Amino acid sequence: MTDHAVELKSVVKRYGDFTAVHDTNLGIPEGSFLTLLGPSGCGKTTTLRMIAGLTGITEGDILIKGRRVNDLPIHKRNLGIVFQNYALFPHRTVQQNVAFGLKYRNTPKDEAERRVREALELVQLPQMADRMPSQLSGGQQQRIALARAIVIQPDVLLLDEPLSALDANLREDMRIELKRIQHTLGITTVFVTHDQSEALAMSDRIVVMSAGHVEQVGSPEEVYNRPASEFVAGFLGNSNILSGKVMDIAGPVAKLELDGLGPVLAATDGVGRTLSTGETVKVSIRAEKLMLDGADPAGDDISTFPGTVTTVDYQGQVARYFLESGGLTLQAINTIDERPLQEGTETAIRIRARDCVVLPH
Amino acid sequence: MFTSWSLIRFGTILIYLFMFAPVAVVVLLSFNANQFGSFPMEGLSLRWFVALLENKAIVRAFQTSLLLGALTAVISTTLGVLGSLAMVRYDFPGKSLIATALIAPILVPEVVLAVALLLFLGAMGMPKSFPLLLAGHVIFTLPFVVLVVQARLVAVKREYEEAAMSLGAGPIETFFQITLPLILPAVLAGGLFAFTISFDDITGTLFWKPGGVETVPTQIFAMLRNSISPEINALGTVMIVITVALPLLSAGVARQLTRKQK
Ligand SMILES: Nc1ncnc2c1ncn2[C@@H]1O[C@H](COP(=O)(O)OP(=O)(O)OP(=O)(O)O)[C@@H](O)[C@H]1O
Ligand SMILES: [Mg+2]
Repeated sequence: MTDHAVELKSVVKRYGDFTAVHDTNLGIPEGSFLTLLGPSGCGKTTTLRMIAGLTGITEGDILIKGRRVNDLPIHKRNLGIVFQNYALFPHRTVQQNVAFGLKYRNTPKDEAERRVREALELVQLPQMADRMPSQLSGGQQQRIALARAIVIQPDVLLLDEPLSALDANLREDMRIELKRIQHTLGITTVFVTHDQSEALAMSDRIVVMSAGHVEQVGSPEEVYNRPASEFVAGFLGNSNILSGKVMDIAGPVAKLELDGLGPVLAATDGVGRTLSTGETVKVSIRAEKLMLDGADPAGDDISTFPGTVTTVDYQGQVARYFLESGGLTLQAINTIDERPLQEGTETAIRIRARDCVVLPH
Repeated sequence: MFTSWSLIRFGTILIYLFMFAPVAVVVLLSFNANQFGSFPMEGLSLRWFVALLENKAIVRAFQTSLLLGALTAVISTTLGVLGSLAMVRYDFPGKSLIATALIAPILVPEVVLAVALLLFLGAMGMPKSFPLLLAGHVIFTLPFVVLVVQARLVAVKREYEEAAMSLGAGPIETFFQITLPLILPAVLAGGLFAFTISFDDITGTLFWKPGGVETVPTQIFAMLRNSISPEINALGTVMIVITVALPLLSAGVARQLTRKQK
């Protein structure tokens, strides 16, 4: 398993009686961009800091490049870290900040200068070398912090919510920028965020965490389209979680009887085991996959229910509808063709089998 | 309304007069040409300052005070910085107890502290000596250093140190490269505090000093017992200059340092 740059084996972190991270196993492939995603307090930072060596681990092992690093202090781990508040040394110039790590690697002076220059060019701020950190904008500080972390050619780059202090526009620019730099250098990266769109846009793999547990590990598409739990389905995007009973199974498609709605065809490939008839299950349907009048798809795997629009949340390109159907409230997000459906409209709700995902538990 | 405010203003002026007039008188009289300190002054002269320099006892007291103050400042600052680091950056059992113990010397009246240390030394069978005098000064200047440095250290984010360590700096390098430069203004201020307090102290010093050793304050005290010589005015003026100018100077230096960091 040496193709993993970082490996967590049964890692546990406890603070007194409180378990911040439960038995976690995780492999981070060499050169990949992995995101730890989850709500506040779920243990993302704790996990990152354990990899960094800034927080001790209670149980288990952490391996970096195949080497067990449990007892290796941070300054010997060869990691690049970018903190949420950047932590540029306020008493050093940009040049000195970026060059800081090279001093401890016995880099000859001219090579160090060259590498600092290259790093500053990579983050597109070569002209800022002589400024003090306080003379930089938030976005510029961010880039310098990144330059300082990558100039040492770390084995792993660790980023704890590096974009959260930036304003919305800048954040989207930096998102692309960061991904570009990561791609150019091919550096293994662990990124922490609670912002699902950041995670979906940037990651090769996403680790969804909740209350110290890993809920799901997968590519952005897998995590988004095949949520492994009710939590994941609810955390990413807007989902309708419904419960029902398995009536019949035909390969990857099952016929369910949903409480309130009635019979529906559903995909079972995300479950990871064979369902049995009569079993009660939960399904997740993304709000944007519920199709209302106006979108009339064709196919033999489509289930249809009647519903009434109760609330319309007009958002320009799309509209978010709240619908009443069989005593349940459903959410649908549809693109608007000409104008949105009006409140009180009776409409047909259509669902494709592949969009009605049976959850594993 | 108007009258009550003028009354308060008048009172305030009186209080300040009461506090500072004697100081002004001492400074003025130190330049008096006449032997007897009385107004009106009969001409200006530096003769009392010259007399100071020629008075061996006073010069020796000055040397003692400067040495004592400087050593106190260095030791107190070193211990204070280490103590503050432990208090702010680390968690260990009994931390709050030690935090209280570090600050306690300012809460206890100095006389009590002085007597306690003396009794303790007596019980240990140790004679009074210069190192013990120094130890006493360190004990009661330490809290000031700790308070000043700790306040600054709390404001220095842990991330700076963590960033330095992630870049390969060991804990000691991190301290000298990152932490110390960032808390330097407070360290200098603390050291200066320690120096001025030590230089100025009389209560503890009277209890702890070994026979034959005099600091400037105890020397003045001793001289006052015989007669009020005009030399004392000159000595007072020198003391005022040192204890006022030094903090002002260092405040300026500290401001320069912080400005550079910003
Ligand atoms: N030093 C500590 N002592 C006790 N509990 C801690 C400590 N550090 C973190 N925790 C707890 O561990 C849990 C996980 O914290 P962590 O900082 O990893 O959350 P997070 O996922 O990064 O959240 P956020 O998105 O808010 O940064 C939290 O419940 C937190 O209260
Ligand atoms: Mg966090």
